[in-house]
Order: sequence, then C-alpha cells, then structure tokens
Amino acid sequence: MIGYLQILGQEIYKILFLLIPILVSVAMIVWLDRRVWGLVQKRRGPNVVGPFGIFQTLADALKYIFKEIIIPASANKTVFILAPIVTMTLALVAWAVIPMSKNLVLADINVGILYLFAISSLGVYGIIMGGWASNSKYPFLGAIRSAAQMVSYEVSIGIIIINVLLCAGSLNLNDIVIAQKKLWYVIPLFPMFVIFFISALAETNRPPFDLPEAEAELVAGYQTEYSGMMYAMFWLGEYANILLMCAMGSILFLGGWLPIMDIYPLNIIPAPLWMILKILFLFLLFALIKAIVPRYRYDQLMRLGWKVFLPFSLVYLVLTASFLFYFDKLPKVNIL
Amino acid sequence: MIIHSIFFYFFSIIAIFSSLMVITSRSTINSVFFLILDFISVGCLFIMVGAEFLGMILLIVYVGAVAVLFLFVVMMLNVAEQKQSWFIGKKSTHIPTGLIVSVLILLELLVVVGGWKYKKDVMSSSNLILSETSNTHQLGLVMYTDYILYFQLAGIVLLLAMIGAILLTFRERVGVKKQSYINQISRNPETAVKLMEVKSNQGVKIDD
Repeated sequence: MIGYLQILGQEIYKILFLLIPILVSVAMIVWLDRRVWGLVQKRRGPNVVGPFGIFQTLADALKYIFKEIIIPASANKTVFILAPIVTMTLALVAWAVIPMSKNLVLADINVGILYLFAISSLGVYGIIMGGWASNSKYPFLGAIRSAAQMVSYEVSIGIIIINVLLCAGSLNLNDIVIAQKKLWYVIPLFPMFVIFFISALAETNRPPFDLPEAEAELVAGYQTEYSGMMYAMFWLGEYANILLMCAMGSILFLGGWLPIMDIYPLNIIPAPLWMILKILFLFLLFALIKAIVPRYRYDQLMRLGWKVFLPFSLVYLVLTASFLFYFDKLPKVNIL
Repeated sequence: MIIHSIFFYFFSIIAIFSSLMVITSRSTINSVFFLILDFISVGCLFIMVGAEFLGMILLIVYVGAVAVLFLFVVMMLNVAEQKQSWFIGKKSTHIPTGLIVSVLILLELLVVVGGWKYKKDVMSSSNLILSETSNTHQLGLVMYTDYILYFQLAGIVLLLAMIGAILLTFRERVGVKKQSYINQISRNPETAVKLMEVKSNQGVKIDD
C-alpha cells in the first residue's frame, strides 16, 4: 500500500510540474497576444502592470476571481456550471502526451496522436453545454455555430494527421518527432502545414474564424451569460487549447523538440527549449493573423472547410501514399 | 492488481449507472449527456484491456461526432421533458420494440462469446501475430489482408448511406441568389458597367 501511495505521490508531483508551467504560460501568452495585437495596430497594448505590462493577465485573473458569479435564473444550473469546467479540464488534460523532449513527457502512450485528436474533438462539448444551458438566444446561436465549425474542421485535421502518420509510421508522438530527424515534415508536406494552421485557427475559434463570438451579431456568443471566475475558466481553456494546437503543429510538422540542424551551436540548446521556441513561433503567427485578417462570413467558412480543404487534403493524402509506395519509402514496421 | 481492479470497477460502475440514466432520465438532453458519459467510460474500459486504438476511435467517432449530432438534434427539436416516467402512469408504446431489440442483442452476444469459448480458433487469422507490435499495427495487418473485402464492403455501404442521406435532404431552390467566386473575380469594368441612354419619363429596364 505504501508503494502505491508513493507512486501516486510521484504522479501527482509530475502532473503539478506539468500543469503549473502551462497555466503560467497561458497567462503570459494572453499578454503576448494582446501586445502583438497592439503593436500591429500601432498601439502600445497592456504596458502598465509590471515590466512591459507582463503581469497584466495576473491582474485580470485577480479581478475575475473577486467578481460575483451570476447564474441566470432560467439557466440549467448543473450544465451551466459544468461547461467551463469541461472546457478547461479538456484543454489541460491533452497536455499529458505532449513530449517536451525524449524523456520529458508525462504519458508516452502508443496512440498519442489519437489521444490528442480525441480530446480536441471533445472540446466542442464545453461550448455546446455553455450555450445551451444559458437558455438564451445569442449563446445558443453562438454554440451551434461553433459546434458546426469545430466538427467540420476536425475532418480536415484528421486527414492531415493521416498524411503525417503515413510518413512517420507510428501513432506515438515521440516516434513522429524522431522520424523527422532528417527532414521536417513542413518541407514535403508544406500545403498540409498551411491547411493545418488554418484549420487550427478555425478549431480554436480564433479570428478570422471567431464567428461564435462575433460581437457585432452575437454579443459574445456562448460566453455571453458567464461572469467572474467561470468566464475566466472559458478564457483559460481557450488559450490552453490554442497553445495545444501550436504544440501539435510543431510536433507534426516542425520536428517537435529537435533542433533545426544537428550541428554544434544548435544542438547544445536543450530540447524543451526548442519545443517552446517552436510553439512560440506558431503562436506569434496566430497572434499576427488575429490582428491583420478580417472576419469570415459563415457560408465562406463552411465552403472553405468542406469544399476546399477536405478535397485538397484527400488528394494530397493519395499523392503522399502513392509517392511513398512507388519510391518504396513507406516506414518499416518491425514485426517480430 | 488491486489498483487495476479498482479502476475497472470505477469505470464499469459509471458505465452501468450512466446507461441506466440514459433510459430513465426525464430530460432528453440529460439522456444524451449520460450517453456521452457512458461512451467515455466504455472507452476507458477498452483502454484498460489494452485495446487503446479501439478506445480512442470510440472517443473520436462516437463522442466527438455522433453524440454531437444527437445533442444537436435534441437541442434543435426542442423535445419537451417527458411528463411521466416510463414505469409509472401510461406505459410507453416503445417498450415492446426495445425489449425485442435488446433480447436480440443479448442472443447475439451469447452466440459470439459462446462460440469463442467453445472453439478457440474460430476467429483465427493468418496475419494475427501476437508479438510486441502495438495493437494498432495488428489491427491494420488483419483488416487490410484477411478482411479487406468486408472492409471495402462496409465502406461502400457507408458511402451509399451518405449519398442517400444527401439525396433525401437535397432540394433545389429556385430563385436563390448564390455567390460565384469565379464570376466575382472575373468581373471587369467592361462587363460590369453598362452605359445606357435614358429617355426622359421612360426609364430603362435593367435585368440583373
């Protein structure tokens, strides 16, 4: 029994060691997002609290914590409270399989990429539950928009993942990273990388695809009725999801924790740092896109997902498979 | 081993409880939420027996896609809460049908499990190698060799179902203006602007 408790204690320690950095980096990333947004628009952005305004998010979080939580009288209370919890839990749980280096990973499971895909496809529930339980028009419309959008773009993300899997020959995230030792998949699969990036924007409800929260038409979408800490949880979950998508992009296409080239000054930089740099690079792209691209119309969004991305990624999948088969480059599976 | 059985009972109790709640819960929305919980705990059970691929696919397909559609339909149709529970008051007419279906499923399960117990190699396959490879690889090896025909047939059946569903819901609406990207991009001043001579008190007829 003592042994079990020891193992349990170690696991909890590891989980905390993973979760606390993620929560802190989510706070920092919100600040970075607002800073980049401000700089692009020639504003200063948050620059008052702390050096360069770096503690702005912490101040905001304190404000949210001390605000009153208002639950609408006609809301379905259980589901209403459950929705932000589901969003945030799912966003954090997915980080368990993200490898920061060869050994620095909480759960090195065989089907890591499927796990990531499954968790990100569950993310839609938090939004539907929040929108429905609010029992109000705008949140419900926002939730339905968001659900339709996430389900549509998941399809093309799935096919993009299959492309990468064909090249790597494994569902384990560490194996996928190691398979890119010679060539990052962003080079042979560049069109897929672009589509993945755009689909990730749609999947996380980021601009230009932030129709669920389009303030001009839907107030704030599914978050309209939320206040105080519950709103902050939605918000944290959303940014943790964005970071997760960046991590997924860097694992699938940018070689995860591998250095750019395995030569002297580059390979002494530790692996987790490379991973963080790649995540930050992708996040900067996310932040820039938010600042420079206008919002899509809903029918354009659906057209882009189903009529452009899906056929194109299917054709590219066939091309990849044919190329690998013809040139005998299919990854070998060591059976027996 | 103790930890293993604790987890097993944890997930299976949740699975059974939530599947009971699916059929007894009064609000349809709650039924769907319990169905989702049921799927998730069954997925966890799959992972516990080592069928991680099946468990994850269950999560992706059923929880991530099918149950979202259920939830959509239930929310959009605005199904009112059932006034009476199924065991008190007026008996529902769906119970006989449900009973027949569940008896059929029970019989099927008995046949499958019994057949397996009776004859061990009833499901043998030339490519099934119990080795160190993950069960994803093994599934692939079996599915695309021995069972390729059934796999393709299942795919064709699903494709037909999809085409059928699209045909059933497709209706051509006349008079609806659609945006054509090619037409929009290929517009130029010569084709877009037309100079017209307007006579006084007569006006012109523009067909757009």
